[in-house]
Amino acid sequence: MGIIINADTKAIVQGISGKQGSYHTKLMLDYGTKIVAGVAPGKGGTVANGVPVYDTVKETVEAHSPNASIIFVPAPFAQDAVLEAITNKIKTIVVVTEHLPIKDAINIMAYANQSQVTIIGPNTPGIMTPGECKLGIMPANIFKPGSIGVVSRSGTLTYEIATGLTAKGLGQSTCVGVGGDPIVGLNFIEALELFKENPNTNAIVLIGEIGGNMEELTAEYIIQERYPKPIVAYVAGRFAPSGKRMGHAGAIIMGKQGTAQSKIEALINAGVKVAEKPSDVTAFLVKELLP
Amino acid sequence: MDLFEYEAKQEFSKHNISIPKAKLVTKSTQTAEAIANLKPPYIVKAQVLVGGRGKAGGIISATSEKEAEEAAVKLLGARIRGLLVKQVLIEEKLPIRKELYLSIAIDRFNRSYVALTSATGGVEIEEIASKTPKAIIRTLIDAQSGVRSFHSLAIAKQLGYSGNQLVKLSTIIQKLYQVCIDNDAEMVEINPLAETETGDFVALDARMVIDDNALFRHPEYAAKETESLSPQEALALKNNLAYVKLDGDIGVVGNGAGLVMATLDLLNFFGGKPANFLDLGGGATIEAITVALQIVFAEPDTKVILVNVLGGIIHCDDVARGIVEVANEAKVKKPLVVRLVGTNQQEGQKILVNAGISVLDSMEEAAKQAVEIIRGAQP
Repeated sequence: MGIIINADTKAIVQGISGKQGSYHTKLMLDYGTKIVAGVAPGKGGTVANGVPVYDTVKETVEAHSPNASIIFVPAPFAQDAVLEAITNKIKTIVVVTEHLPIKDAINIMAYANQSQVTIIGPNTPGIMTPGECKLGIMPANIFKPGSIGVVSRSGTLTYEIATGLTAKGLGQSTCVGVGGDPIVGLNFIEALELFKENPNTNAIVLIGEIGGNMEELTAEYIIQERYPKPIVAYVAGRFAPSGKRMGHAGAIIMGKQGTAQSKIEALINAGVKVAEKPSDVTAFLVKELLP
Repeated sequence: MDLFEYEAKQEFSKHNISIPKAKLVTKSTQTAEAIANLKPPYIVKAQVLVGGRGKAGGIISATSEKEAEEAAVKLLGARIRGLLVKQVLIEEKLPIRKELYLSIAIDRFNRSYVALTSATGGVEIEEIASKTPKAIIRTLIDAQSGVRSFHSLAIAKQLGYSGNQLVKLSTIIQKLYQVCIDNDAEMVEINPLAETETGDFVALDARMVIDDNALFRHPEYAAKETESLSPQEALALKNNLAYVKLDGDIGVVGNGAGLVMATLDLLNFFGGKPANFLDLGGGATIEAITVALQIVFAEPDTKVILVNVLGGIIHCDDVARGIVEVANEAKVKKPLVVRLVGTNQQEGQKILVNAGISVLDSMEEAAKQAVEIIRGAQP
């Protein structure tokens, strides 16, 4: 049992008929995720990957009572899709969509906050509780059930580090990608708060990167809370130049703001072990947990 | 994307924020006529997208028509912090009483827009912000209500204004937020906002950054997006690749922003210098990999190419075929080090080995090997 999603999660896929939506619906079903319905306006009444498709979220709620949604709708239409899910009281919404305008993201977050909805993303690989439920696009075979909580701003870097963890027998309670955009829903602090209360999580891996100040604020939180579980971090972008967007919309150093150095210093100061290379994360955890 | 000062000011003007009377010139022959339509004194400003333009000599004050013309002619074609000046803005210089700071930016943590204002604006704003952060008033903006008059009146009051000026300033704050929203800006700044001797407020300088992800709603900006890009950057953008030129000699291609950043960090860790950042994106296609490699191969400074692909969704054998094809077609041969793991890993690695390309399982070993090749190449 991890955080946010588990074996009982009943999810819908918004944008199930698109290339990505359809492909990943199949992979999520293969993993055992309970995908109860899909949404694709104009395709209501059809079936995709054995899943019934509806025109609207409302119809899926009436027929299947889902409690989560994963969204593959293209950026220009994604705001509507998320607001539709929020309006229909879906409590966990994973937004895989990339390139969502900031204005739309800010608007979505305001509504989500009001309705007490958990948004994961946008621009996220999703969330996965190994062995129970996968709502995302991550390759499932590199994860295995266990007691390490992983929270990350990067998709493939998470796969890189999770591969290392799994190889050393360190399975994961839940892996969650918060998303690579400047405006995201669930943040590091909220994820740490959930991992703190989660009895199946013994240690946390935090994967940060340049841009913004989420890592610094997380460091403050760790100090204030006297965070009770060990945390190992990796921060990407030590040699990134200022003023350039490094792949993710949110990965940009502005003036002196958002450097890896500032984040690493803050985290070390909060007692977090910060790995210099991705492979050191596993090495640190092995030392920490298997003395 | 960043707008030029004059472009941002045009947007301000459309929203009824006062700007100085001005003319934009692109040729020396246009300057005399432009100045004839303006009253002295003047301020002549190079239109370049770089901070510290004034300190670098890109802003010149002029008291007479002759001086203004000389300044404009001098700036046109000059380089300011390495950037070629193609356009010069000649403005009427206003008598001012005070300089304020006003901007709308993104507050990531609070997931909202934020109004940043200060009663002391001007070129030293960053220093003010770091030394006396309390001099900057931060006001979070509720996305649902936007900036209402009671919000902006409260800010104007904190800036020390009353009466007629309070209302004028408050209105400008509301208008600036509207500029931000209407243009999908991620940052819009007036620095300084001048309080003139007549008690009015005029935007003397302007910065505006448009959200690249919102360009589909702004065809007028989208058309300009590629103007300032190098051919490699334009090609990358067209193929949805995230490409940043760096100053080293090891070309880098990988999938996922974090993974590629970590690859650059590893190269540096082992004493190497990356020539670029190139992220194929999470769902990289074979076409994307082909174009990416072509871009990196074409970069003259690049001596070795490091490919780091962690294939979850894409298949390693497809990736390998793409790499071999580009390597064979490349006019200038460059050594390749490939890290390739994931679906169909063995088939992929075999294809590369058969083509004589070095392939490894670990990104750290791959980074190390790329650095060693560079070292070996240097006498």
